Amino acid sequence: MHPLLTPIRRFGLYLLAWLPLALILIYLMAVPGRLGWLDATVLIVPLCLIYQFVCLSAWYSCKAVPIQNSTAQRLWLTHAIAAAILSLLWVLLAKLLAYGLSQMPSFQGLNSRFASQVPVIFGAGFLLYLLSVASHYVILAIEDSNKAEIRVQETSILARDAELKALKAQVNPHFLFNSLNSISALTSVDPAKAREMCILLAEFLRMTLGLGEKSNVPLTEEISLLHHYLAIEKVRFGARLQMEEDLPELSSSIDLPPLLLQPLVENAITHGIANLPDGGTVRLSGHSHNGRVLIAIENTFDPDSSPMRKSGLGLKNVRNRLEARYGKDASMRVSSENGNFRVELSFPADTGEVRN
Amino acid sequence: MSKHDEKKITALIVDDEDLARLVLRELIQTHADLEVVAECANGFEAVKAVAEHKPDLIFLDVQMPKLSGFDVLELIGTETAVVFVTAYDQYAMRAFEVHAVDYLLKPIGRDRFEAALERAKSRLGEKLPAAPDLAAAARPPKQFLERIVVRDGTRVTLIPVRKLDYAEAQDDYVALVTESKKHLKQQTIASLEACLDPDRFVRVHRSYIVNLERVARIEPYGKDSRLAILADGTRLPVSKTGYARLKTLLDQRT
Repeated sequence: MHPLLTPIRRFGLYLLAWLPLALILIYLMAVPGRLGWLDATVLIVPLCLIYQFVCLSAWYSCKAVPIQNSTAQRLWLTHAIAAAILSLLWVLLAKLLAYGLSQMPSFQGLNSRFASQVPVIFGAGFLLYLLSVASHYVILAIEDSNKAEIRVQETSILARDAELKALKAQVNPHFLFNSLNSISALTSVDPAKAREMCILLAEFLRMTLGLGEKSNVPLTEEISLLHHYLAIEKVRFGARLQMEEDLPELSSSIDLPPLLLQPLVENAITHGIANLPDGGTVRLSGHSHNGRVLIAIENTFDPDSSPMRKSGLGLKNVRNRLEARYGKDASMRVSSENGNFRVELSFPADTGEVRN
Repeated sequence: MSKHDEKKITALIVDDEDLARLVLRELIQTHADLEVVAECANGFEAVKAVAEHKPDLIFLDVQMPKLSGFDVLELIGTETAVVFVTAYDQYAMRAFEVHAVDYLLKPIGRDRFEAALERAKSRLGEKLPAAPDLAAAARPPKQFLERIVVRDGTRVTLIPVRKLDYAEAQDDYVALVTESKKHLKQQTIASLEACLDPDRFVRVHRSYIVNLERVARIEPYGKDSRLAILADGTRLPVSKTGYARLKTLLDQRT
């Protein structure tokens, strides 16, 4: 569809732009003294009304000869020929009109008076068409840049979606293989515990399956996932992993993006506890108040080893997801002091129906 | 044949997880010619145990707190046969393959264990590849050393690289100089250079690597050579190529 025909407001502006052009033409016709002001007006107004539609056809020739990959010769040749042909047709139309008008008593002799003005009409038609070509190239360039911008936006949204999907679907292979190794060890010394661990791991995996398709899970479900994760790691780390929890009366109607908290707890273990020969404590706390949820995850870490700082990527992911979902309504605070690492999330207590 | 026929092969188990050590112990116990001389829950214990027991064979976990398996290997030298153990580490696994080092994947299966053990037995007494090279190969791309491990007797020191002023080659050793101390480590200066972030550490001379942040100024010294004056007044020789490297880096910074 031609970009100047829709929306209607844009077409109106295009018509308005022709008004001064028509006035100039009338002036050019009348001033040399051969045509009267009335003659010129009656002749030019209908001519311009028709020619402005003719000029819209430049759109198609512009698209056929794109400015980026055509030679200058080809550009000029194409548009000059088109301009000449269209202008010639326009002149014929003008002569026809002048002839018709001259049949009327009030415009007698217009036909012959107009004859000397034919070159002016031809020149104007030629230039007007080239002007239209130039304008259409500008419009095409603007459209191209808009399209490119939209494409960039779409790609970044797609990339983010893919990243989220990957994030949600992944179970850290390190976690999985270490858990299986623990089970393998327990089978000989404590078969009952080995079975319990199998169940825990199965339940954990089942909970994470299918999360890739969901945009929301109940907070209570996410916390249950954390419990399973921590219980499995507890078997692996034994006395090195101490856990504390303070999560009173969290409503089961609160929703959040799936696996928002799990990466934080995983960080606490892999970058915190796992680097301490004597282990440490992971502490979960949270509450909901005035329509907001506050969750804090803390862990002991070794200030001398760098990995807690390396956990930046995981934290950034959580921050991005939080922002993607809640915008400025959510916040994430990260602090570390005296060997204690703390991540605090604050977000609206959505009930699922509100968003998405 | 060899002395291993009459004498048992002594083995050390190093893993920070109780259950992981348990699996290895069980597997080793099925072999009458193998004897576990010690079990260690971290790298420091491992370094001590190696000095004390001089085991023939070490089962060494890669991911451990403070000191990784690679750090331990650096500290104990390459005389002992080592079988690395890891759950999942794509870079480490590739490094083991490249350097033909024996390794086991968790969970450890009986067949894999037997195969690795046979191979390790046949290679007892063979030298391992240089530990820093192996560690460098196992490091993810674009990641550099954050700290250097140094051993003095059985005492292990961790030097964060930001504390390193400069390093000087001394025969087979490098002297690592921090604020006031000088630590000696058996490593070539080229291999140390490869482990350090090239944006922070510059090889200014055949025998010297300097921490860029310590360089206060550069002075001409004789024909074609210069001196780097560090913040504490230390003067280090700078070669022609060293100066070119230094200059590119300093130009990038400003």
